Amino acid sequence: MNHFPEAWGRPRDDIYGSYNASYLPQSRGGLQSHHQPTTHTQQPIVTGTSVLALKFSTGVVIAADNLASYGSLARFTDVHRLKPFNKRAVVGFGGDVSDMQYLDRLLNSLDVEENYTSPTGDAKSDDDRALVDAPLMSAKNLHTYLAKVMYKRRTDFNPLWNALLVCGLDEKDQPFLASADLLGTTFSAPSMATGFGAHLAQPLLRRVAPDEAATQELSKEKAVEAIKECMKVLFYRDARSMNEYSVAVIDQSGVELKEDEKLENQSWAFADRIKGYGTQTV
Amino acid sequence: MASLFQQSMPSTGPGYSFASAPTHHSSSGPRQHAFYPYTDNGGSTLGISGATFTILAGDTRSTSGYNINSRYAPKLFRIGGDGPENEGARIVLSVVGFAADGNALKERLDTMVKMYRYQHGKEISVHACAQRLSHILYGKRFFPYYVTAILGGLDDEGKGALYSYDPVGSYEREQCRAAGAASSLIMPFLDNQVNLKNQYDPASGEGLEKVMRVPEPLPQETVEQLVRDAFTSAVERHIEVGDGLQMMIITKEGVQETFTPLKKD
Repeated sequence: MNHFPEAWGRPRDDIYGSYNASYLPQSRGGLQSHHQPTTHTQQPIVTGTSVLALKFSTGVVIAADNLASYGSLARFTDVHRLKPFNKRAVVGFGGDVSDMQYLDRLLNSLDVEENYTSPTGDAKSDDDRALVDAPLMSAKNLHTYLAKVMYKRRTDFNPLWNALLVCGLDEKDQPFLASADLLGTTFSAPSMATGFGAHLAQPLLRRVAPDEAATQELSKEKAVEAIKECMKVLFYRDARSMNEYSVAVIDQSGVELKEDEKLENQSWAFADRIKGYGTQTV
Repeated sequence: MASLFQQSMPSTGPGYSFASAPTHHSSSGPRQHAFYPYTDNGGSTLGISGATFTILAGDTRSTSGYNINSRYAPKLFRIGGDGPENEGARIVLSVVGFAADGNALKERLDTMVKMYRYQHGKEISVHACAQRLSHILYGKRFFPYYVTAILGGLDDEGKGALYSYDPVGSYEREQCRAAGAASSLIMPFLDNQVNLKNQYDPASGEGLEKVMRVPEPLPQETVEQLVRDAFTSAVERHIEVGDGLQMMIITKEGVQETFTPLKKD
């Protein structure tokens, strides 16, 4: 062994000759002048369908099913599309699953960074710190961060093919719910749904929570029930959906995430009364 | 890059606002579908300046195609002032078109106006802010911010100042301007009611004797009522406009914000 650590563990030049780098591009010390073209996502491949969320008086409830589709093939049935960030923020992902996994890794590294750098208040030790209310990144902060990542990527013509719902509590511990999509478009509303849910579930959710004032009156139980009912409607009518889903409730007490829920009391009894597109009466 | 703009907007929705988007040419064989970085979030904005005030207004609906994203997504932003809430700001920016670009534009102008105060020790004038906004827009001439901006404030003499822009930074100071989805419905109304186009003095004679009425700055109450009328009418005839009307009134006292519900259908 010599004192050049970068050479340790490699084939010895005096036995095997020096490494033949000719096939590598010039930037890697090779001879190849042509570079691989830079590749950008042009379409989503493995996809997740709708994400639903609804604000209530003290928090937010969010749900998404556990299916990742490959076109019309129900490819993976245990993909969890709700990602808790900290004890007061959860992100729900619709769209491309590989881009979701990239963003999840990005958020994990952000969380690690936050835990190292954020001031710890008057905590004396690590044990105290868990008890003291260290200034956590709020759901609003997280949404701003994700929206900027999405907008940057669309501006570079290399979009992350997702529709995100960011929910949780803002810096004043008020319920927060907002979305960001592959174009960097952002908006906020009392209830939100991505993908097919925007057509099927959003009208039902708006009946429960037409405006911010209505969410103040809405209980956690009513909100969860409304979301579960919408998941059922989506399973009836969205061909890229599944009856197993994840649901998370975020409020003052933290994140309560259930990742193996099943739809209950399904019935197609209503179907035999449907004529035409459902609006026909005779 | 040029080929990017040789296609029309994806046909997922009504897309009334960007009717001038280039149409599809089917000349050179099959063309691959590429990522299109823009969308239209609908909505309309409007600004009118008076002798001692400027009013900016915009509806609060955000759409994508035939869907309503949100019933409250403001298009009016305070520029400058202190902190993230822009306390004490005297300039207001309205943006309509592609909301993500609108937000990015707002953040850039706001940062720039705040930097100006730190560097020069005084508030920026609307005149200077207006020109800087033009430069920001033109700086992205070949990948534009897809927005129609209107900037309002008070000029050095305390008179209402209103500047309107196209997406690549061409701008002029005007008495009034409507922008966005329902601009073609609102602007002719404003031409008639603010600039008194096609209005003649009834006391003057007939035919060639007719005398045009001369436009002069309107009082604040009249302007507020005109804005409300313009939007309630636009809501009736344009599906992308509705939900709420946000108004910002800039006077020497500061910026006063009001909200009026509009039809939600």
